Amino acid sequence: MSRRTRHNVLPGFNLAMGYTLFYLGLIVLIPLSAAFIKTFALTWEQFWGAVSTPRVVASYQLTFGASLIGAAINAFFGLIVAWVLVRYTFPGKRILDALVDLPFALPTAVAGIALTALWAENGWIGSLLKPLGIKVAFTPLGVVLALTFIGLPFVVRTVQPVLEDLESELEDAAASLGATRWQTFVHVILPTILPALLTGFALAFARAVGEYGSVVFIAGNLPMRTEITPLLIITKLEQYDYNGATALAVVMLLFSFVLLLLINVLQWWANRRAGRES
Amino acid sequence: MSIEVRNITKHFGDFVALDNVSLEFPTGELVALLGPSGCGKTTLLRIIAGMEIADVGEVHFHGEDATQRDVRERKVGFVFQHYALFRHMTVFDNIAFGLRMKPRAERPSKTAIKDKVMSLLKLVQLDWLADRFPAQLSGGQRQRIALARALATEPKVLLLDEPFGALDAKVRKELRRWLRRLHDEIHVTSIFVTHDQEEALEVADRVVLMNRGRVEQLGTPAEVYDTPASPFVFGFLGHVNLFHGRAHDGWLHVGDVALEAPDQAGATDAPAVAYARPHEIELDRYSPGQQGIRVQLCARLPSDRWHASSWNAKTTPN
Repeated sequence: MSRRTRHNVLPGFNLAMGYTLFYLGLIVLIPLSAAFIKTFALTWEQFWGAVSTPRVVASYQLTFGASLIGAAINAFFGLIVAWVLVRYTFPGKRILDALVDLPFALPTAVAGIALTALWAENGWIGSLLKPLGIKVAFTPLGVVLALTFIGLPFVVRTVQPVLEDLESELEDAAASLGATRWQTFVHVILPTILPALLTGFALAFARAVGEYGSVVFIAGNLPMRTEITPLLIITKLEQYDYNGATALAVVMLLFSFVLLLLINVLQWWANRRAGRES
Repeated sequence: MSIEVRNITKHFGDFVALDNVSLEFPTGELVALLGPSGCGKTTLLRIIAGMEIADVGEVHFHGEDATQRDVRERKVGFVFQHYALFRHMTVFDNIAFGLRMKPRAERPSKTAIKDKVMSLLKLVQLDWLADRFPAQLSGGQRQRIALARALATEPKVLLLDEPFGALDAKVRKELRRWLRRLHDEIHVTSIFVTHDQEEALEVADRVVLMNRGRVEQLGTPAEVYDTPASPFVFGFLGHVNLFHGRAHDGWLHVGDVALEAPDQAGATDAPAVAYARPHEIELDRYSPGQQGIRVQLCARLPSDRWHASSWNAKTTPN
């Protein structure tokens, strides 16, 4: 019996593949499956009871709702920031470019405290908004604010390289065909950067769903109103309710998975529209 | 529609891209802007299209000053070297783009757009590719689609920036002949930029030779080839032999040989160069006993200044 050996340009396929599987298993898969296995200690009724109390459901709504809103805000304003950074030259551009990464680097707790100090009723911005009747800190609005803050770099950094690669000739071509600047943006530029924009949106969203540190300070953590799911998980852990905590974690994982799957489908569709399939 | 540029000057920083260029492009002609890289030919084309603004000078379309008009208002068709097709759109949508972007009042109906696009696809002989994406086409096909897209809005002027520059030699030859036939069919005033002299001489009605931001010569392909106006044109178009010597009293001395140079009658022992095309030199067979080969030379430097001369070259055979 002769075995057909396949020749690959890059050597060491078996080693690299084995390493990849081992690494992903160790770092990602085993911890995640541990969460699932841990929840099996609960009966179905216990599980359902843990994940469907009104307080928990309210926290899902806040976490996923605020994350989606934050990611959407970032998609819009992040696109503008990326556009400005790519298209214009102005003094201090490099500093501004570096600033974008700050939410990555800043410890989230620090960000949370800074935001709270600014937006609380006696803070710099909060005191200005108070006469207008707008409260940000300790409301769902504050949660959205914190999640927007931490998600910004994802959109900017995914859209920026694509905008840089965009041929200026495409815009010249559209203009010579009579398209206005707005038409050129909507019909030529936006479809080209849409896949990158969706990627940035998905990353910002995924980050926001798991965010804890920056939110807990500004949210105020009022049950039913400004309590996010990760905080509930921590609360349960502090009460030694490990099974309840993992049950919540599993629900979050499933939600996130479904949402990311949807975004991936959207991305696939956008890619196809961008004519990049072979 | 005729195009006229007057006294165009354009700087990029310290670099002078165009230096006081004035040209006229008559209606219905296919004109080639020919020159080496960096001679300003693409800049001139982009200024005519309105994609670049000249520092000084005017652009006139059909006698009207269009200098201040925006690209969109100039209504020119533009074809790019690297096609610049919208890759997220099908071939059909690419060609329909210009029609669909028109203001609602001017926009043709859906069926009118469809008819127009299909007739353009037939014109460029690619009607079977309507549903493909640009990524699925070959280079030659893409450039023909780009041309169809530029023609969709029925421009009065067609500008082509190195349209065949990104194609391989065989396709390039096919496509430039096809462009010539297409131009004979639709007769839209066209300017195309190229650095390929063969392309310019074969396709264009007239050739504009440019060098370092200036126009060196303007004429039909035969004119610019047969009677080059300057040493640059002589060197750039076709092959040329150089004879370095000294001009003295109406004669050019190259080595032991003297050539008649009547226009240099006033010169006294000045360094001079004679230019001769390879086909203007005739070689005789070597006959034994002679010092070298007899060479017939009929060279022309600006406006037939020299006539046939002959001398014995100091080369020995073998």
